[in-house]
Amino acid sequence: MDLDALMRCVGTTSCIVTQLTSGMIIGMLLFLIASGVTLIFGVLNVINFAHGSLYMIGAYAAWTFYQLTGSYFISALGAAVAVGMLGVLFERFLMSKVYGSNVLMQLLVCYAVVLISDDLIKIIWGPVSLSMGMPVEFRLPPLRFFGGVVPPFYIFMIVAAMAIGLLLWLVIARTRFGNIVRAAAVNGPMVSALGIRVNLYYAAVFGIGSALAGAAGALAAPVRSLTPGMGFSILIESFIVTVIGGMGSIVGAFVASIIIGLTRSFGSIGFPLFVDGVMFLIMALVLIFKPSGLFGRPHNK
Amino acid sequence: MTGRWRDLALAGAGLVILLLVPLFGAPPAIRDFIMFGMAYGLLAMSLNLLIGYSGLVSFGHAMFFASGAYAFGLAMQSGKFSIPAAFALAIVFTAVLALIVGAICVRLNEIYFAFLTLAFQMLFYNVILGWVSFTGGDQGLMGGIPRPKFLGIDLADRTQLYVFCSVAFIICIAILRQLVTSPFGYTLRLIRDNQERAAFLGVNVPLVKLTCFVISACVAGVGGILLTLFVSGAYPNFGFWTTSGEAIFMILLGGSNVFLGPLVGTVILRLLNDITVTYTSHTELVLGIVILILVLGLRKGPLDLIAERLENRRQAAAQAVRDAADAGAADTRKGGS
Repeated sequence: MDLDALMRCVGTTSCIVTQLTSGMIIGMLLFLIASGVTLIFGVLNVINFAHGSLYMIGAYAAWTFYQLTGSYFISALGAAVAVGMLGVLFERFLMSKVYGSNVLMQLLVCYAVVLISDDLIKIIWGPVSLSMGMPVEFRLPPLRFFGGVVPPFYIFMIVAAMAIGLLLWLVIARTRFGNIVRAAAVNGPMVSALGIRVNLYYAAVFGIGSALAGAAGALAAPVRSLTPGMGFSILIESFIVTVIGGMGSIVGAFVASIIIGLTRSFGSIGFPLFVDGVMFLIMALVLIFKPSGLFGRPHNK
Repeated sequence: MTGRWRDLALAGAGLVILLLVPLFGAPPAIRDFIMFGMAYGLLAMSLNLLIGYSGLVSFGHAMFFASGAYAFGLAMQSGKFSIPAAFALAIVFTAVLALIVGAICVRLNEIYFAFLTLAFQMLFYNVILGWVSFTGGDQGLMGGIPRPKFLGIDLADRTQLYVFCSVAFIICIAILRQLVTSPFGYTLRLIRDNQERAAFLGVNVPLVKLTCFVISACVAGVGGILLTLFVSGAYPNFGFWTTSGEAIFMILLGGSNVFLGPLVGTVILRLLNDITVTYTSHTELVLGIVILILVLGLRKGPLDLIAERLENRRQAAAQAVRDAADAGAADTRKGGS
């Protein structure tokens, strides 16, 4: 417990800027993953416990593409597309088989996929951790705001994640595709009766959710070390985010991600040992006082 | 009452069989296998009280396994407690922990329950990893667990330890059996099958779920204590999510509708592990593929499938007997007219 350090930090703008950016980075990565989890849950009513693995695969794919092409933008895009396609396969061949059955079966399928992907990563890329390093495109002098130093890549990450989030929201809220998806979320069989191939939309939603995780992995690759099993801790945090924000709500995921990101970055100065505890405390309080989450629809608890 | 006496007799018989193993000079490897099996078996059996009997799919049960192990280990290492006192302390600690987690989780729906129990387990795991000065971090509780004599029992002796663990194991299984055959156990099944109906019948659903959650956690805690006694240490992976996943898999392997199913699953999983380890270092890959085949192919545990087949056959036989009787009756009627 070192609240004095937190007070000292809040007293200087440079420290605030640094912590704000690192909090936003954590928050935006969480947002991309949590919005995938929440989208898949909102439409398909399944929790993808293997979502962290998709994030991990995205990071490793980006690393490989970067080694091959030398261009970060191409590798990030490639990773997102590749993981999206993987997500569609995962949905069609595994998850869609257990939609009707109980949570236990879904849990076991995801558990199996997590085990398999962790082991495959070890076989293909080796068990030691990899690091991508800062991509060439972003080897620029750091920017300065109010005395705080911010690497350009951080700005790119935050802007890219926000842009992806906005695009996702527009697609879901404003397009015909989004209308059908939202209708399928409420009543799949009815949409199907109207002559729409709902299964295709389910696969597409799963693919989009997976692509978001892949993009998050690609964005994380330059600033995180790549290890087998890296997806699991971020999965837990993205669950916390979805609980706080409300299941099925993309706006909720956004707000909750920023709350958790800032809790982590400022908490690591003030109460490093209790950061996890504080996150859980926030979650427990939300569950007790507003079980549907900050932005969740009450009936969709 | 007869069912109860029969169960107790069976428990006694099980204990005798377990105790005969060392007498017949079984190699240490087999005794070790049984000891591991008893510890993980309690984890799986207690989890099935939640999953199979109450419909509470917990993905964080290993947390209580680890809490029992760590509380017992730390109490013994402090040197202030005898083994029975530390045993009781570890169970009380686990119960309090389960009470807190359960109070937050039992009111939630199935999906929220699964991942919140998982999240709490990861919080507990991170506390174990982070609090290095107290728990030893990722090294675990090192330096061995002291095992002072109590009541003339010396658990430093392998045979006496084995007997002690067998007795504790059988007592826990007997308690679980009594529980699921009691009115409380039927209330649990009622909640599993129809929560609203249970509530309308005047059952305090959250309270019953919470009670079940705490009892189940305590039994898992005993499993952790046995493992700590056996390996003379406690390690963070006792409370890692993969341990919870394994426990769920044991239930699937053994079948959740047969009382001792999870125990059979434990044995199968441990054998599977031991066999794959000798051939490949990629046990997770093999395990994952086996799970997928079972879940997508059979859609239920092999033992559940066998039990179902037997039940179907019995019903078919009974039906055949009834048909034959009907036909016979019709014949006699025809003959009489």
